[in-house]
Amino acid sequence: MTLKNNLKDKAAIVGIGETAYSRESGRSELDMAVEAADKAITDAGLSSSDIDGIVKFTADSTPQGELAACLGIPYLRYYGELGPLGGAACGLVIQAAMAVSSGMANNVIVFRSVNGRSGARYGSGVVTTRRGQGTSAFTEPYGLLVPGQSSAMRARRHMHDFGTKLEHFGGVALAFRKHACLNPKAIMYGRPITMDDYLNSKVFFDPLRIFDCALEADGANAFIISAADNSFNSSERPVFIMGAAQALPAGLGDRGGNWEDNGASRLAPELFASAGVTADDIDVVGFYDHFSPVIITKLEDYGFCKRGEGGPFVGEGRIELGGQIPVNTSGGHLSEAYLQGMNQIIEVVRQLRHQSYAQVEDAELGLVDSGDGSGALILRR
Amino acid sequence: MTLVPFPLPVPSLDNQYWFDKCKEHVLVLQQCRECKAFSHPPRPNCTNCGSSDLNWVESTGKGTIFTFTVTRQPVSRPLVGRTPWIVVEVELEEGVHMISNLIDVDCDDLQIGMAVEVVFDQVDDEITLPKFIIV
Repeated sequence: MTLKNNLKDKAAIVGIGETAYSRESGRSELDMAVEAADKAITDAGLSSSDIDGIVKFTADSTPQGELAACLGIPYLRYYGELGPLGGAACGLVIQAAMAVSSGMANNVIVFRSVNGRSGARYGSGVVTTRRGQGTSAFTEPYGLLVPGQSSAMRARRHMHDFGTKLEHFGGVALAFRKHACLNPKAIMYGRPITMDDYLNSKVFFDPLRIFDCALEADGANAFIISAADNSFNSSERPVFIMGAAQALPAGLGDRGGNWEDNGASRLAPELFASAGVTADDIDVVGFYDHFSPVIITKLEDYGFCKRGEGGPFVGEGRIELGGQIPVNTSGGHLSEAYLQGMNQIIEVVRQLRHQSYAQVEDAELGLVDSGDGSGALILRR
Repeated sequence: MTLVPFPLPVPSLDNQYWFDKCKEHVLVLQQCRECKAFSHPPRPNCTNCGSSDLNWVESTGKGTIFTFTVTRQPVSRPLVGRTPWIVVEVELEEGVHMISNLIDVDCDDLQIGMAVEVVFDQVDDEITLPKFIIV
């Protein structure tokens, strides 16, 4: 059946808010969520009495009702959540956009607040708490415990199938570190790295090194989604949700081996069709970079280069500021902070408002995604 | 120093038979009686056509390394002392992919495409896991 995605230009991101990023916030996740939400409400030109919806990550410890209470909102018209784990950000924007465009609510907060470094760390395998149950009965008993190991296995297969090199993964890490060095909010601001640093860094999950892995961090992000026809009432610079798509491959990808059978490659055609644009029209990208090899496969999945050519593509500086398609201009998860796809959305909004520390000249259209392509958005100025 | 084990599997009604056969040192796979597709891990229905008419068949236990990773840093403190360990994705002759470990092999000698064969590792009275050796 043909898809009739009617979400185009129906909703906008009207406000963004973020706390500082750190390795030890010393604050509760609720406290940080309130700061990010407050900033987003102010940025949107609204007051908390205008907010009537909140959506959250299933993984987030902060209940919608607690955040509402701390913001002085007496009740919510719309609330929802989305899992699993880290890949929820774009899907939550889609939930919120559907809520405001259908009239279920007027202004919806999307937030994420996590002590991801000082609290329970994704990279330590304690976050999932699956303990050998369900499908993990067929993975965890063999020591496949954290997402980085799966990413490493996929990276090795890409190297085998297409001749991708360690230096290509390093090219991703270096590009994002370069961007982070332009962004005073990035945890790795002021800490440039060279290819030698990369190649000599500690191997975590062969072939992945420490510089290939997301920077676990403490912090919170929030944005406000409003219906497009309301968005100019308050906000000086709404960013419109021009296209949106989600994808959940069946069976957690256990069929394996097919580069065309993953979230990003499945949703890409529907994403571009929903916005009526192509990859060539995109000025700036925010990819969820939990590990550097996913940038190479996503460039292929979304059609910025041909299948198998992602390695050489990043090796030639094309994803850096000033290159063909700048990716993760705030430093991304590798070098700004790992806020599970939320900080990529904030940076693309800043780009489209022409307020980034690493501004892409005349940026009009941005693409942002979550997880391994669990959700994606095309945003326009 | 006592090594902390990886999480042991908690068998469910959908896969208890698979673990029971592992205890007998037999690797089984589900095969759909309608479309003949093999699938893994065990589920109530065929992942190719949705049929619930599934048959347990014995796998040849032979396959090749589809991909692998050598974990060099313990992912959490209790796993210090276990590194390095090899997680492998095996492509069995029946076409299905299975996560396992390679044993009795040097981490530096591994390559995608190497032929492997199943062996069984009795972890305790309840759990025996299929692992693989290079052949």
